[in-house]
Amino acid sequence: MKVAFTASGNTLDATMDPRFGRAAGFIVYDTDNDTFEVIDNQQIRNSAQGAGIQAAETIVRLGANCLVTGHCGPNAFRALTAAGVRVYTTQAATVADALEAFRAGALSVMNSADVAGHWS
Amino acid sequence: MILAVASGKGGTGKTTVSVNLARTIGHGVQLLDCDVEEPNAHLFLGGRETGSEIVTIPIPEVDESLCIACGECGRFCRYHAIVTFGSTPLVFSELCHGCGGCAMVCPREAIRETGRRIGVVETRETDGITLIQGRLDIGVAMAPPLIRAVKARLKKETAAILDAPPGTSCPVIAAVRGADFVLLVTEPTPFGLHDLRLAVDMIRELSIPFGVVVNRMGVGDDRVHRFCREQEIPVLLEIPDDRRIAEAYSRGEPIVDALPEYASHFATLLWNIREFRNAGGR
Repeated sequence: MKVAFTASGNTLDATMDPRFGRAAGFIVYDTDNDTFEVIDNQQIRNSAQGAGIQAAETIVRLGANCLVTGHCGPNAFRALTAAGVRVYTTQAATVADALEAFRAGALSVMNSADVAGHWS
Repeated sequence: MILAVASGKGGTGKTTVSVNLARTIGHGVQLLDCDVEEPNAHLFLGGRETGSEIVTIPIPEVDESLCIACGECGRFCRYHAIVTFGSTPLVFSELCHGCGGCAMVCPREAIRETGRRIGVVETRETDGITLIQGRLDIGVAMAPPLIRAVKARLKKETAAILDAPPGTSCPVIAAVRGADFVLLVTEPTPFGLHDLRLAVDMIRELSIPFGVVVNRMGVGDDRVHRFCREQEIPVLLEIPDDRRIAEAYSRGEPIVDALPEYASHFATLLWNIREFRNAGGR
């Protein structure tokens, strides 16, 4: 199973980026073989509108069916839900910490967006 | 003739120049307030509202029974206003620019267009001046279609003054495109000059003849004038930094009404524009 994390760097030690659509990048971790890939989100985060939707498209294209992030806005949440991606929120400091919490089943699934669009 | 009043920097006096030009031309002139995010020309003219029309843009509506989830619509839309995840498309109407492309590329004709309200166009009559102003709904971030709706109500046969929004982005281009002449209002300050340069670049790109109005003469320095001289841009009017003008403005009174000694300035401006155009100036 592939899990996407919003990350501000390109290693598992990287701090979590609390934003989704305008995150610095994504780390998509494959729990089946313990590998991960890093995706830069520079282009999307700079778009005036629709960053959350485009980021959702990225996550889906990479085959992730879970997303772990800090917050999620309404458009992103709607797109992710339609695509069948489960969204988890965490306050974890690093991607490694968030991954550990995810594996331990300590994260709760979001049922709705928790911030307005363009919140940060 | 359409005379557009624009500026790079906000707050330089676009509305002041627009309203006073309209008052100077007087009976039969049309004044178009295209600053639809914050229309304010009506504050200086009063008068009574004679009409209000709702403006909508077309947004897609998907017939799920016809949709085969091919994703063509989503691949076409550069604004990600319609997206598919292997299923019926999701529509994000606030991102839609109303181009209609998704409906055109749909192979199953599953998309039809429906209207989404973005604002109103209001018409007011006052002392022979017809004021047509757009008022964008709160929360809507799509000014150009409303600006085009304002301009669509313009009668070509009579003179029109067009008050544009500030800046150099899409709404300004939507406003000034098609104008016969553009007045760029600036102030003699470093900010005024910086944004004037941007505005000049934009107007040159659009190939519309233009000139400059320098407002608040007496503040700042002479760099705006030096720039205009170097670039061979005509300075068609200078308005002094007169406290009485600010006081009249704060009471919502046009300068030409409150301070009649300035009436000749605006008459001269119109005359200068005419002369400049007749001389084939660009």
